[in-house]
Amino acid sequence: MTPPRIGVVTFPGSLDDRDAARAVRAAGGESVPLWHADADLRDVAAVVLPGGFSYGDYLRCGAIARFAPLMGELIPAAQRGLPILGICNGFQILCEAHLLAGALTRNAHLRFRYRPQRLRIESTSTAWTGAYGDGAEIVVPIKNMEGRYAATADTVRELEADGRVVARYLGGNPNGSIADIAGIANAAGNVVGLMPHPEHAIDDVYGPGPDGLGFFTSAVTTLVGAAA
Amino acid sequence: MSRVFVDVMLKPEILDPQGQAIAKALPQLGISGVRDVRAGKHFVLEVDDSVTEETVRRIADTLLANPVIEDFAVRSSTDGGPSTDQRHPPSAGEGGAQRPRSPRSGVADRRP
Repeated sequence: MTPPRIGVVTFPGSLDDRDAARAVRAAGGESVPLWHADADLRDVAAVVLPGGFSYGDYLRCGAIARFAPLMGELIPAAQRGLPILGICNGFQILCEAHLLAGALTRNAHLRFRYRPQRLRIESTSTAWTGAYGDGAEIVVPIKNMEGRYAATADTVRELEADGRVVARYLGGNPNGSIADIAGIANAAGNVVGLMPHPEHAIDDVYGPGPDGLGFFTSAVTTLVGAAA
Repeated sequence: MSRVFVDVMLKPEILDPQGQAIAKALPQLGISGVRDVRAGKHFVLEVDDSVTEETVRRIADTLLANPVIEDFAVRSSTDGGPSTDQRHPPSAGEGGAQRPRSPRSGVADRRP
């Protein structure tokens, strides 16, 4: 079996691309570096948009990254069903690109929040959460300043009704996100955005434990199954 | 050349913790009576005459503002007030921004 090629995008100011690539490899995938300025997805079968501060978070988090040449390829590919996981800044970019509903705004308490965060996986029917059991509780790091998920009441109702809330905060909402939302999916389930960082929690050596690896094994399993 | 202003504000229903923090700081200056503060962004664009108002609105709608959470208003330096169907009222202090800040903008040719 050839490991599926999973791209990890580096923007100017990305921080977590190395950890995301490491997580892809730990899950059995081949990590493929993608460069923001190259309009080339390099035949990858899935893409991770990592955390960080693309373009210094100028204007709004993700607002400038959304117009990078690579995004000109990625947006139509996502609309055609390419699995995309946006983590933290990656989630912000996906919202700015309108691939996901709503937006990420300044934490309600105006403090940077950095801690291990307990989550409940609310949907296992996305490309990135199939490896988890229904309602699984996991602990992964959270670290953000603009992590408060905001959307209209209608959008939240729609997300809830369609089972598109992918993960919810447990043990205290770290940033004031509406309905304790930590992650959401698009209608097709191939695009997922997540504020906490599963790529920092893939083994017992670093981070709070291995709970985050499931996001990456989910994609690898989906892609291997699709190829078989 | 003319000068165009774009004001971007969070939609009224979106919590603005930055504005709240500013409002909470005012009593420390001995100022009372300010009930609410909303913080926004003010952009100043120097544009050629070939840049239409429609283009400026496109810039505002796609990049300067995120229409999911923010409203914007566009004004040119020759306008007495907002030039478009702005979705939030101008605040009391905004008039100052309409005054040309350089001699050049005061004499520049305006778009129709």
